[in-house]
Amino acid sequence: MTAVRFERVGIAFGSRSILSGVSLDIADGEFVGVLGPNGAGKTTLMRAILGLVRPTEGAIAVLGGPARRGNPGVGYLPQMHRSAPGAGFSGWDLVASSAGGGRWGWPGTSAAERRDIERALDLTDARDLARRPVGELSGGQRQRLLLAQALVGRPRLLLLDEPLISLDPSRQRSTVELVRRLRHEQPVTVLFSAHEINPLLGAIDRVLYLGNGAAALGTVDEVITSPVLSRLYAADIDVVRLGGRIFVMAGGHDIERAEHRHDA
Amino acid sequence: MLDYDFMVTAFLAAGIVGAIAGVVGFFLVLRGQTFAGHALSHVGFAGATGAVVFGLPPLAGLIGLTLIAGLGMGLLGERLTGRDVAIGVVLSLSLGLGLLFLHFYTSYATQVTALLFGNVLGVDRATLWTLLGIAVVGLGTLTFAARPLIFASLQPELAEAKGVSLPLVSLLFLAVTAITVAGCVKIVGVLLVFTLMVGPAAAAARMTSRLRTGVLLAPLLAVAEAWAGIALAYYTDWPVSVWIAALSGAVFLLTFVPLGRRPAPA
Repeated sequence: MTAVRFERVGIAFGSRSILSGVSLDIADGEFVGVLGPNGAGKTTLMRAILGLVRPTEGAIAVLGGPARRGNPGVGYLPQMHRSAPGAGFSGWDLVASSAGGGRWGWPGTSAAERRDIERALDLTDARDLARRPVGELSGGQRQRLLLAQALVGRPRLLLLDEPLISLDPSRQRSTVELVRRLRHEQPVTVLFSAHEINPLLGAIDRVLYLGNGAAALGTVDEVITSPVLSRLYAADIDVVRLGGRIFVMAGGHDIERAEHRHDA
Repeated sequence: MLDYDFMVTAFLAAGIVGAIAGVVGFFLVLRGQTFAGHALSHVGFAGATGAVVFGLPPLAGLIGLTLIAGLGMGLLGERLTGRDVAIGVVLSLSLGLGLLFLHFYTSYATQVTALLFGNVLGVDRATLWTLLGIAVVGLGTLTFAARPLIFASLQPELAEAKGVSLPLVSLLFLAVTAITVAGCVKIVGVLLVFTLMVGPAAAAARMTSRLRTGVLLAPLLAVAEAWAGIALAYYTDWPVSVWIAALSGAVFLLTFVPLGRRPAPA
C-alpha cells in the first residue's frame, strides 16, 4: 500500500516551474526526510499533497485517493512563523481550535475529541505545555504542541514542514527522536522536511531530495552522492563523510549549513 | 436618571452596540486587523455625509458604504495583512470625500460633531431598531462562523489545509465588522470607534489566557464601559463619548498593572 504516489507530476508557481515529470511512491509507514535547497519546492510539495496546490500535469494520490483539501487522514505541521497571533492564549485553545476541522458553528469539543487531544498531547509530552499561554513557550516547546495538534484525529500521513528550524542542535535531535518514537505508538507515514540531512541520519528510512525541478528518492547512501546531488543542484557537488556526519559541499563550502544560516 | 425616555433609549442603544462591538473587537484584536476597523469608520463618515447630499438617510449611507468597504477588504483577504499604508490612504481619502460632501450641503454641518464624536443621547426609536437588527445579524453570523473564524485567525495555513475557506471566513467577518462599525458610530462617533470596539477587547485579551472567556469578557467590558460612560455624563454634564473614551483607556491601561502573581503557568 502506498501512502503517497506521484505520477509524472509537474507543479508551477506562476511561470516558474517547481517540479516537472516527477514520479515517486512512498510506502505506508515510511519515515522520509525531504531535503533540497531553498526554493526547491519542499513546502510546495507538501501543499500539493494537501490539495492546496494543483499540479499542472500528472496526478497525486494520497492514502489511496486523489489529493484533496481537508483529508482527515493527513496531519500537517506548517512552517513556524516568528510572530503568531493569539500568543496570549493557552496551548489547549490553539490545539482545540482545529478539532472538528472546518465545521461551522460555535467552537466546542466533544468528550471524544478532548480525549483524542489529550492522547496527542501525551504522545509529544506536551500536556503541561497546553495549560500555558503559547507566547510563553520556547520554540521547541511550541513545536511539541503543534506536533501534538498534527496528531489529533489519528492521521495516517504526517507532513512536517521544517520542524527543526530555529532549534538548537540538541532540541533538533530530540524532535527527530520524538517523531521516530511516535511511529511505534501510532502507525503513520512521515514526510519531514529539513535544511540539513545530519539531524535525520539514523532515523529516516529514505530521503526525498528536491532540486532543479527534479526529485530523487532513495536511501541516504543512494541519494546523498556526488552524481545525484550535482544533478539536483546543477553544480559540482562533493559529498564528504566525516565522523558519522555528511557534508554537502560546493566549491569548498558546506551548502546545506550555509542555507540554514540564511534563514536563522 | 431612568425617568427620561431618551436616557432609557441611550442605555439600550449602548448595551446593544457594546455587546456586538466587544465580540467583533475581540476577533479584530486576535486577527491583528484593528486598523482595518478604524478605517471602516472613516469610510462611514463619507457614507453618512454623502447620503445627505443625495437625499438619503445618513444611517443608510453609513451602513451601506462601510458594508461595501468591508466586503472589499474581505475580498482582498490575506493580501490586506500588513497593508497599513494602503488602509491609511483609503481612510484619508474617505475623510476628504466626506468633507467635500459637507461643503456641498452645509446645513448638515451641525450634525457633524454627532457623526465624528457620537450622540448616544440623540438615538431615536427607529435607530434603536436598526441597531438591534445589526446586533442580531452580526452576532448570528459570528456564532455560525466562530469555529472556522478562530481556527483561521490562529493558524491560517493549517485551517486552509483542513478545508476552511479563508476568503469566505474573511469576507463574512469583515462584513459583520462593517455593520458593527456603523452601529458604533451612532454611539461614540467615527473618531472614537476604537474606544468601544478595540479598547475593551484588547483589555479582555490581556486579562485571560482562555479564548472562550475572552470572547465573553470583551462584550461585558464594552457594555459596562458604555453604560458607566452614560451615567457619568448624566451627573457631570460632560459629553458621553469623553467618559467612554476615558474608561476604555483606563481599563486597558489597568491591565498592565502587575497583580503580584502570574496567570498560573500550571
